[in-house]
Amino acid sequence: MRQVAIYGKGGIGKSTTTQNLTAAMAEMGKKIMIVGCDPKADSTRLILNGLAQRTVLDTLREEGEEIELEEILKPGYGDIKCVESGGPEPGVGCAGRGIITSINMLEQLGAYTDDLDYVFYDVLGDVVCGGFAMPIREGKAEEIYIVASGEMMAMYAANNISKGIQKFATTGGTRLGGIICNSRKVDNEYEMLKAFAEELGTQLIHFVPRDNVVQRAEINKKTVIDYDPKDPQADEYRTLAKAIDENEMFVIPKPMTQDRLEEILMEYGILG
Amino acid sequence: MSGNKKVIDKILDVYPAKVMKNRKEHMLLKDGGKIQEIAANTRTIPGIITNRGCCYAGCKGVVIGPIVDMVHIVHGPVGCSYYAWGTRRNKGKARENGKNFLNYCFTTDMQESDIVFGGEKKLMAAIDEAVEIFNPRAISISATCPVGLIGDDIHKVAKNAKEKHGIPVLSFSCEGYKGVSQSAGHHIANNKLMQEVVGTMDAEKKTFSINLLGEYNIGGDEWEISRVLQKIGYNVVCTMTGNGSYDDIAKSHNADLNLVQCHRSINYIADMIETKYGLPWMKVNFIGVENFTQSLRNMAKFFGDPELLARTEEVIAEETSDIEEEMETIRQKLEGKTAVLYVGGSRAHHYQGLLKELGISTVVAGYEFAHRDDYEGRDIIPYIKIDADSRNIEEIKVEKDEKNYFLRIPEDRLEELKKELPFNQYEGLIKDMEDGSLVIDDLNHIETEIIVKALKPSIVGSGVKDKYIIQKMGVYSKQLHSYDYSGPYAGYKGAINFARDIAAGMLTPAWSYITAPWRKEPLLTGKVSNMEGAESAC
Repeated sequence: MRQVAIYGKGGIGKSTTTQNLTAAMAEMGKKIMIVGCDPKADSTRLILNGLAQRTVLDTLREEGEEIELEEILKPGYGDIKCVESGGPEPGVGCAGRGIITSINMLEQLGAYTDDLDYVFYDVLGDVVCGGFAMPIREGKAEEIYIVASGEMMAMYAANNISKGIQKFATTGGTRLGGIICNSRKVDNEYEMLKAFAEELGTQLIHFVPRDNVVQRAEINKKTVIDYDPKDPQADEYRTLAKAIDENEMFVIPKPMTQDRLEEILMEYGILG
Repeated sequence: MSGNKKVIDKILDVYPAKVMKNRKEHMLLKDGGKIQEIAANTRTIPGIITNRGCCYAGCKGVVIGPIVDMVHIVHGPVGCSYYAWGTRRNKGKARENGKNFLNYCFTTDMQESDIVFGGEKKLMAAIDEAVEIFNPRAISISATCPVGLIGDDIHKVAKNAKEKHGIPVLSFSCEGYKGVSQSAGHHIANNKLMQEVVGTMDAEKKTFSINLLGEYNIGGDEWEISRVLQKIGYNVVCTMTGNGSYDDIAKSHNADLNLVQCHRSINYIADMIETKYGLPWMKVNFIGVENFTQSLRNMAKFFGDPELLARTEEVIAEETSDIEEEMETIRQKLEGKTAVLYVGGSRAHHYQGLLKELGISTVVAGYEFAHRDDYEGRDIIPYIKIDADSRNIEEIKVEKDEKNYFLRIPEDRLEELKKELPFNQYEGLIKDMEDGSLVIDDLNHIETEIIVKALKPSIVGSGVKDKYIIQKMGVYSKQLHSYDYSGPYAGYKGAINFARDIAAGMLTPAWSYITAPWRKEPLLTGKVSNMEGAESAC
């Protein structure tokens, strides 16, 4: 079982990418579980064709100790098992603690079965506290992919996340598997991201172009693989799935200084 | 006390260089010929087993908890409330309204899901329930560490609850991790009482009316003090906060004189009441025969009424003659013994006079949570360096209340009295100690062991954290936070109680049994036989 965590700046398209990627993997015959670690609980919407999921934490709160795995684990497209950790409404309580509680609960309930090929953790924004680092702690995800784009702030966030990974990597087995570019069509984006990834000591594992079919599929509560399997964009996700499945490059990232990051932007970001 | 220098060396010897440098600043040998400085109210070095408490302990445990007709809700997991349940032994009696909730323990008992989703709803439900079942005069909410971490807005809940139930709801952000000791909690509690309670109710003026500040009625101390004060003719408007009631505190600005017993925990309010209402404060010490007598005389001098002065002397004579003989009998038994005091922000000082009256000299004294002024006197306050830990605790400013401010005695007379009486003054612990005695701040486990082993004192006045370690070392230890199971110790009758208790404690033959038999006698015995063929025993 490979456990994979997907990080990246808020709004970069982590959930969309994760679901399209896992849908493509399911097509390849892989057995997958997605654990949504965002309090908004929208990490599995496209796989389940809607927000049909009761979150682990809501269930825990309402049912107390008597929780059955079936209540919180719903199969969706391609028999992908979907779990949403859930959490408090914005501005109250502790979302980070919620993730810890919820992953512990999944372990106790035996959600991590041997027949699974992959567990994907879709984690919110940045590693702001210990709770959001839970998926990459000892014994959890050893592979991390960062979703980024050629926008300054996305790269800035990716660099910060790498600092977190570096910390966990030196004490445990966590490694960075690569950068996934979710294109925003900024100038010279591919070259910039490639250089950025290499500077971090990793690879640009795939460049996912921007295409409106993704938006159309989302409105229909579906992944592109599910909505229009013949669309060229579906093939992009299939390529990404294959690259991850065959990936052998796992590194401890070398996060760069702010100055160096800005140099890369100057070098690649301003054309002519 | 020449051994004390060696004790300091022994203590400093166990530390790594950096720790040694820090701890060195927290101890000194009294030298009356010098102006001496001590480090206090600074962070304990992590890893040191300190006896200190936390901010919550200072706020809820010390200052707010003793108010009898309030329900004190601790917002947090159950332990913080449960382990503070009655352990301070602050006593209280219901007033006419019949309300006394001191024996209860109230907590929101936060669970994991309350941490994740926030505990504000649960807190509101707890308040609703408390109002429905107990109908208290007011409610307090004390925040524990996790509440601060997850950001529950207890002040908003308090405001809503106040509107909903029509009773005062006081909320305290006294999370345990704030500040360096329980001292931060005292300050937070003082601020809120001043902002929301003091001065909110009026009362008819009474003669010779006083407030007892920083007296917490441990083991019934306040009752004994008040008994004597009332006998002389004083009207005790309010005690903050031992056996205190919400209304008493609300009316406290109507009194004529504030008496400050525990300087550390209540000096903020004493100062603010003076600024706002013109009510002067005077330092007192109700522990020990001479100290109590002196305090009573100082009070009478302030009011300057001939009848009151005469009555004071009458009561002093009457009360002291009741105990003189027994005090003397006990003194003869205890003469020459030595004491180590490590307690509070006042008690390590307050008890020295009483011990001296019993023939016991205090060779080591220190405070857990005092500031430099409690050691060196208030004159040094302007020179205390304010560090980031202190800045984190809000400092409130009050202004003259034009409607209620008035001078109790003419300004020039007060200035005259200040020359001989301790108005706005506390001279600190160091001044009263003998030359060569050891003063030590923020004592810890290893230092306690070294001191007890090296000096073999007859009594250590301290708290529950070190009591049993000390007693296992064969030295009697008296809890001066809670008085163990006894009290009152204040006033004249209290002095006799204390004398009896510690005489029994020190003179009990139990200490001779402290060494295990196998440390004194061999486990196996035998003899060598000379008989032929017999085996030798060994």
